[in-house]
Order: sequence, then structure tokens, then C-alpha cells
Amino acid sequence: MSVWEYANPRRFMGWTAPVLLWVFGLAGVALVTGLIWGYFFTPDAARFGSTVKIIYIHVPAAFIAINAWIMMLIASLIWLVRRHHVSALAAKAAAPIGLVMTVIGLATGAIWGQPMWGTYWAWDPRLTSFLILFLFYIGYISLWAAIEDGDTAADLTSWLCLVGSVFALLSRYAVLFWNQGLHQGASLSLDAEENVADVFWFPLVLCIVGFVLLFIALVLLRTRTEIRLRRAQALERRMARN
Amino acid sequence: MKALLLRDLRLAIRAGGGLGLGLAFFLIVIVLVPFGVGPERELLSAIAPGVLWVAALLASLLSLDRIFALDFEDGALALLATSPLPLEGAALIKAAAHWITTGLPLTIVAPLLGFLLNLETTAYSFLWISLLIGTPALSVIGTFGAALTVGLKRGGLLLSLLVLPLYVPTLIFGAEVVRRGADGLNATTPMLLLAGITAVAFALLPFASAAVLRVNLR
Repeated sequence: MSVWEYANPRRFMGWTAPVLLWVFGLAGVALVTGLIWGYFFTPDAARFGSTVKIIYIHVPAAFIAINAWIMMLIASLIWLVRRHHVSALAAKAAAPIGLVMTVIGLATGAIWGQPMWGTYWAWDPRLTSFLILFLFYIGYISLWAAIEDGDTAADLTSWLCLVGSVFALLSRYAVLFWNQGLHQGASLSLDAEENVADVFWFPLVLCIVGFVLLFIALVLLRTRTEIRLRRAQALERRMARN
Repeated sequence: MKALLLRDLRLAIRAGGGLGLGLAFFLIVIVLVPFGVGPERELLSAIAPGVLWVAALLASLLSLDRIFALDFEDGALALLATSPLPLEGAALIKAAAHWITTGLPLTIVAPLLGFLLNLETTAYSFLWISLLIGTPALSVIGTFGAALTVGLKRGGLLLSLLVLPLYVPTLIFGAEVVRRGADGLNATTPMLLLAGITAVAFALLPFASAAVLRVNLR
């Protein structure tokens, strides 16, 4: 039995129902502990004061915003190559979540930017790239909304996602070329000498894990909704014919 | 391929206004800018490179939905899809025809409009070259957007929403070339990057456009 068996809609509905509860539960546990730990049991940072605490929302949201697009790209590729309907629906389901995460990232960044940089918005490369990502999400979602036929919509949005990914990457480097910015470097990376200090690091990683689990749970939930919607539409069509 | 190109060019020139419309739009946007920001010559010459590029970009956006819409409606596109010419080639030719009827005229008149905005004298050649290199990329990217939305009833607004984010890298490098030219700096790097975007867009996007057209013709 290959792994693709799980992509059969009926099987997908079967195995996601129990898994969904667990993922939601674990996401809740990770987020509650991570946020409480971060907010009440870490010291204020020397340079940032207590404003640093917004990092526990800002960084995970930004992380999900980018990775949701990558997940959509992979799901789109799977749809184009193997024609699994669940894959296309998962990409559709992930887009609004990615959009919301982008908005959260931008909003928390603006709130943090005001005390730190003295401005809510600056045309900094990272901020600008995120704004462009936001536009890509809007375009993707509106293309889904504009096309009635399910398979056509899945094909066209998949192609848009492919081409959009290339151009999003291009824009990222073009924007870096265009303006050097205020934003600090990556908060977390495996090869960096200097990461965020350990006291902040552990709750932050916990929050990121929580956000990832929450993202998975929401995508599964929304994909299940999409599948049910498809079934309902098919039933309606059959009723209309009789 | 030549026949298709000639046909598209003739249609654009004869079938009322497609050619002049983009140019007129370009002119109007450039005329409106000083009303918006004020007539100070220093200010105008500081923003001229960016404004000229943004206006050229918007003007080339204007005629995108005409690339496939008419052929889709009267069935010519379905004939093209079944003809011996690969659909990828047809998409490329359509993009080329769009560039010749919008990008090229825009490039030719841009220095005149630069004059209106008090563009630095050193920047004229850079403006001209950057538009010459960059506008083909706009046409090819726009052809992909037009192919995506060809089956939609009212795709015009959606088309701009989809295409404009894709224009970002081209705009950044194009405007940077002119800005550096105006400041007397070396503009080789952005110029090469701009040429790179155009080359990659020409090499890859016709395949995406053709794939999307096939979906829409299904």
C-alpha cells in the first residue's frame, strides 16, 4: 500500500477525524505553555524592554506565513503531477490561513516597530517582502474565488502558485537590492553563531511548534470542510438532474 | 509564426485605438503627477525615474486583456491550439505582438515625457535602454496573466491584481537603472539583472502561459 492511498478523499476523511483532535490538543498545550512561559517567566531583554514579548507571536506567525506558501506550492505540484483532489483542496484551504498569518506578522511587527524604530512602517526589505507576499496571497485567493469549475480553478491556481513562487523569490532579492533595512537578522537559524539568548529561545521554539501544529490542524479542518462542500455540490447537481 | 505576428499587429493597429490608447494613458498619468505633487522642478526630477517606470508599467497593463480575449471569444484561439504551431510558440508570438504595440511605442515616447518631468539629462539614455530591455518582460508576464483570466467573464480587475505583484522585480531593477543614471552612478548591475529577468521570463513563461491556455480551452 503506497502513501498516496491516504489521499483518497474517503480515506482522508477517515484518518483525519481522530488525528485532528490530537493535533488541536497538542497545539493548544504547546501554545498555552509557550505563551505563558514567554510572557510571565522570562526577563525583559536589555535593549528591548518588555516589548520583546511580542516576539512569541510575531516570529511564529511570520514563520507560518512563509511556510504556508511553500506548503501550497508543494500541494499544487502534487495536484499538477498526480491529480489528487485532496491536494488541490489542501492548497486552497491553506491560503486564507497564510494570509491571516501574514497580516498578524505585519501587524505585530508594526506594533513592535513603533517603540523600537519610532515608526509603524518602514520600507525595509523584510517588511516590503512580506507586503508583497500578502499581495500574492490575495491574488491566489481571488483567483480561486473567481472560477466556478473546481478542476479548472485547481489547475489555474496551481500554475499561479508555481509562477508566483518564482517571482516571490525574485522579489525578495530584488527588494534586498533596492533598500537595505532596519530589521534585525534571522532570530533562529541553525548555523548562526549568535541566536536569541536561551531564556527566550525555549519558549519561542515552543510557540513556533504550537503555531505549526495549529496550522496543520486548521488545514486539515478546512480541507475536510472543502471535501464536504464538494460532496454537497455533487449531491445538489444530482438532485437537480432528477 | 510570422503570419500570426503580422495578423496580431494588423488587428492591433486597425481595430480601433489599441495602439494609441496605451500611449495616451502614459501621457495622461505623467501629466497628472505634477498636479498631484506640485510643480517644483527639484522634486519632479527626483521622482521622475520611478514615476516614468510606474506609468509605463500601468500603460502596458491596460491592453493586456486584449491579448487573448477576442481570439477566445470567436474561437480563433481553439484553432491556434489545434494548429501545427505549438501553443507555447503562439503565446510567445502574442507576447511579442503586445510588446511591439505597447512596450516599444512607450519606450520611444518615454524620453519626451521625461522632459516634462525635468529628468536629469544624464538619465535619458538609461531610461531609454532600461525600458527597451524591461518592457518585453512586462509583456511576457502579462501574457501569462491574460492566459490565466481568459475564461473569466470580468477578468480585467483580477488580471491586474494577479499581474502587478509579478511586475515588482522588473520595476525595481528598471527604475534603479534610471535612478543610478540620473545620479551619475554605475548602472551595470541593475541593467544586467533587468536583462536577466527578461531573458528568464521569455524562456520559461510561454510554457506556463500555454499550459494555462490549455486548461482554459478544455
